Parts: sequence; C-alpha cells; structure tokens
Amino acid sequence: MYQEIILDHYKNPHGRGLREPFDAESFQVNPTCGDEVTLRVKLDGEKVTDVSYQAQGCSISQAATSVLTDLVVGDTVEHALSTMDSFVDLMQGRGKVEPDEDVLEDGIAFAGVAKYPARVKCALLGWMAFKDAIGRVEAA
Amino acid sequence: MTTVSPVLPLDVAALRADFPILARTVRDRKPLVYLDSGATSQRPRQVLDAERTFLETSNAAVHRGAHQLAEEATDAYEGARAKIAAFVGVTPGEVVFTKNATESVNLVAYAMGNAATAGPEAHRFTLGPGDEIVVTEMEHHANLVPWQELAKRTGATLRWFGVTDEGRLDLSDVDSVITPRTKLVAFAHQSNVLGTVNPVKTLVEAAHKVGALTVLDACQSVPHSPVDFAGLGIDFAVFSSHKMLGPQGIGVLYGRRELLEALPPFLTGGSMIELVTMERTTFAAPPQRFEAGSMMISEAVGLGAAVDYLTAIGMDKVAAHEHALTEAALAGLSEVDGVRIVGPTSTVDRGGAISFVVDGIHPHDVSQVLDDQGIAVRVGHHCAWPLHRRLGVPATVRASVYVYNDLSDVDALVAGVRATQKFFGTAQ
Repeated sequence: MYQEIILDHYKNPHGRGLREPFDAESFQVNPTCGDEVTLRVKLDGEKVTDVSYQAQGCSISQAATSVLTDLVVGDTVEHALSTMDSFVDLMQGRGKVEPDEDVLEDGIAFAGVAKYPARVKCALLGWMAFKDAIGRVEAA
Repeated sequence: MTTVSPVLPLDVAALRADFPILARTVRDRKPLVYLDSGATSQRPRQVLDAERTFLETSNAAVHRGAHQLAEEATDAYEGARAKIAAFVGVTPGEVVFTKNATESVNLVAYAMGNAATAGPEAHRFTLGPGDEIVVTEMEHHANLVPWQELAKRTGATLRWFGVTDEGRLDLSDVDSVITPRTKLVAFAHQSNVLGTVNPVKTLVEAAHKVGALTVLDACQSVPHSPVDFAGLGIDFAVFSSHKMLGPQGIGVLYGRRELLEALPPFLTGGSMIELVTMERTTFAAPPQRFEAGSMMISEAVGLGAAVDYLTAIGMDKVAAHEHALTEAALAGLSEVDGVRIVGPTSTVDRGGAISFVVDGIHPHDVSQVLDDQGIAVRVGHHCAWPLHRRLGVPATVRASVYVYNDLSDVDALVAGVRATQKFFGTAQ
C-alpha cells in the first residue's frame, strides 16, 4: 500500500499552502478520523490555473492531494473532473481496477490503497474538496 | 523492552481457548493481536452458546402470550436482567434494556425533554432557561451530544469541566461549575481515550449538594472493574454489552427506582402501556415503561452469559490483570523515542485504554503499519473530538486490553510501533 511514490509526495508535497488569488475555497473533513483539508482553486476561463491547500491528515490523504495538484493544475475543468472520475473509479474498485498511467500519472500508486476500504476516504478527501470548490465557482 | 515480566493474575492461555476468533490469522497469516476491546470486545463460546441454545429451545416473544415458550423466553429475559442488575449492585427493576449505551443516554435526555408535558411527578426533570447541564471535556460524543441537544431544546445552558494536560478532570474549582443552577451532571466513569478513572464520589457529592441529578457513562468501567452503582450513589448509569464480552445490539440503562418511576417515557407504543383508549394512554411501571416494542431477547440472554463468565473470573482479578498489562504497555511505549502517551502515564486511577501519538507519523499510518503486522488497534478521535482538540492532537492511536490479552500482545505492540518508525524513517 505504501508505495515509494506515496511516501515521496507525503514527505515533499506539491503545491501546498494557501495562496491568493482564488475563486473558491472548500473545507472538507473526514468525520471518522478528523482529517481536514482547506483547498482553493483559481480558474482562468475553462482552465485551472492554481490549486492551493492546507491539510492535516495521514500520508494517504496528504499524498493524494499533492498528486491532485500535479494532475489538475494547467488542465481544463472538464478534463480535470474526468481525471477525478478515473481516480474515484480506481479507489472504489476494491483493487480490481487497472489504473491508466497516462490518465492518473503518480495517482496509479494508490491502486494498493483501494484494497483497504477504510482508507479510500483518505485518498479522496482532497479530491472532494476540489470538486466542491469547482462547484462553488460555477454556482457563483 | 520490559526486563521483569510480572506474573499475570489470569491464565490467559486457558481463557483464549474460549474465544475462537483469537486463533485466526490476519494479513498474510499473521497471528491476530487484538488490542481494540475498548471499541468492541470478542465473545467467548459461552456467550455464543447461550444465545444459540436460547434460540434453539425457548425462543418466543416476551411479556405476551401464555404458551410455554413465551413463559420460558420471559424467564430467560428477566433472568438476564436480574443477573445484570446484581453484577452492578442494583435491583432488576432499575435495569432497562436499550439498543446500546448511546440510546440509554438519549433515553434519559429525551425523557427529561418530555417532562414539561408529563404529569406533576415528572416536574423534577424539567429544564428551562437559567438551568444548567454539566458535562466534561473528556466525554465520548454519546455523553455530550445528547446533552447539547437537550440544552438546545429546553433553553438550558451546557457547561463543562476542563481537562488538565495530564488528562485528568480539572476539579480545582468544582463549586464554580456545579452551582445551584445545575440540574444535571453527566460524566464518564473511565475515559475511553485517556483511561482516566474519574472521582465519581466527588462529583456525585457536589451534584447532590445542589440537588442535581447525575448520569454516569460506565461503558469503559463496568467491563473492566467491579462497579457498584448503588454504592456510588449515582442516579443514572449507562453501559453497553458488546464491550463486556456480550452481544452487539443491547445496552443498559440503570436508573434509581424512584427516578424511573417518575420519569416519562422516551419511545412509546407496544408493551410499555398500562391502559390505552382512543383518547389517551397511561404507562406501565419501569422498566417496561422504557422498553417499547419487541426487545432483543437472545442478546439479553447472551449478555447474561457474559456477566456469568466475568463473574466466574472475578472482576477484581480482571481489574488486576488489566492493571498489570497497562503498566507494561506504559513502560514499554515510554521507552520508545518519539512516542507520547496521551493520558496519565501512571497507573493510578487509570484503566487499560492507552492512547498515544508517534512523532512524525500520522496515527492513521501507525495503525495501518500495525495492521500489516496483525495488530488491531483503534485510530482516530475515538468519538471524543473535543478532548483531542483540547490536547492538541488531531487523532491518536489507542490500544486497549482485556482479559484475553497477555504480555506478548504488549510486546508485539511496542515492537510494532518501533517497526512503524523504521518504515517511515523517523527512527533507525
């Protein structure tokens, strides 16, 4: 489960910190363990120009949020959300979904996490915040 | 590592033979090291057999029907109530069965909320603006949220005792928290996170001095030590079956008889009535008044068997056994650099829930690596989020011991924590 890629992202997270300017912010919490993330998105039209975050949690939730920033910053909103769908499919696949490295890049390292149902929510925490923040921008 | 191994009061090998689940392996054939009895305990064959035998021979609805099975089932159900009552030093008419301890607390809270519209005998339970409910900062959510909600519904104010850095209740100024405005004081006998055993008599005396009712959360004390509710002078107490070798799905509420007689019902419907017309209903005497609808019967029988099992061991011995294990765990963990015990580091007034954090490793990750070694612990805020906030930690790892644990489990835990540090590179 603890792939080297996950531990690398955990120890050296990408994109961490809360930055200005941003269009929307989302706060998400995992009520079973108390892990928290505050995540901001900055969009330029259809494009995600920045994702910044402050989080407190386990290696899985921290690393997954770090990988998220690699995957979505610079991407279109539509494609980023489709990448999220792939990641969610992988995480909810009970270890039976073959990840596509072209789509998920470092995210494929989380395939092992999918075998531990109790940890799936950890991997999805940052992604839930991202989706919620995008929804807030679109609703504004 | 501990150098001197104390002789444990219980013959663990013999006891473990009663618990089939403890013989299984987990995660690639690793022996199971079960250190999560604070969340739920395992059940011995004697409990499983009692439920099965009841269902195979005497199963029927209780307190209705006049056939032989109904009689036998009623006897089994009421017999279980009598055993459980004796186990905690009270009379059977003071023991109410509920779904779980959380429901027991809610029963009292909702019944008190109903007091305003009940008869004059219920007046003593009414709350309103200006009245205060006192809890503590170390409560499990089950003994906090229902009181927050009751305060919200009635306009009463919620107050609480704080917790010291060591994980004890801050009782430096009891009289400023429990005052003539206090109508109810609810608190844990033993913290499910810290292991701290609270001074029940001090709090009961302070509460009764101002005429306040007391509610004791005994979920973590009744399974682990001799507890006498009548002797403690408590008004209400709750505990759960599944933490004391019994089945899930059944909890207990104790209420002093005089109080239960005056308390209005929480859930209403079948079985809890005295007389029903289309216009109105009068209610049965306790405990039936608080047991609406079909109850969990085989589970009550199973809990009765669990009480028999614990009584045969002897609760003094159970407590002494856990004391020795706790001492060994505290000593073993405190020798590991980077491990911090969250809660008292001495075994004085302390039970066998041992929570800790490991520097540089999130508790979730600690528990995952322990799990890979076959060690089952609890991780998170253990339904005591305000307590974790107070102690400045987002979550903790909790190991909790019971009758079937021995020193090898403690050694496995300590070795497992060291292995976790090695894995995450926080120690050599």
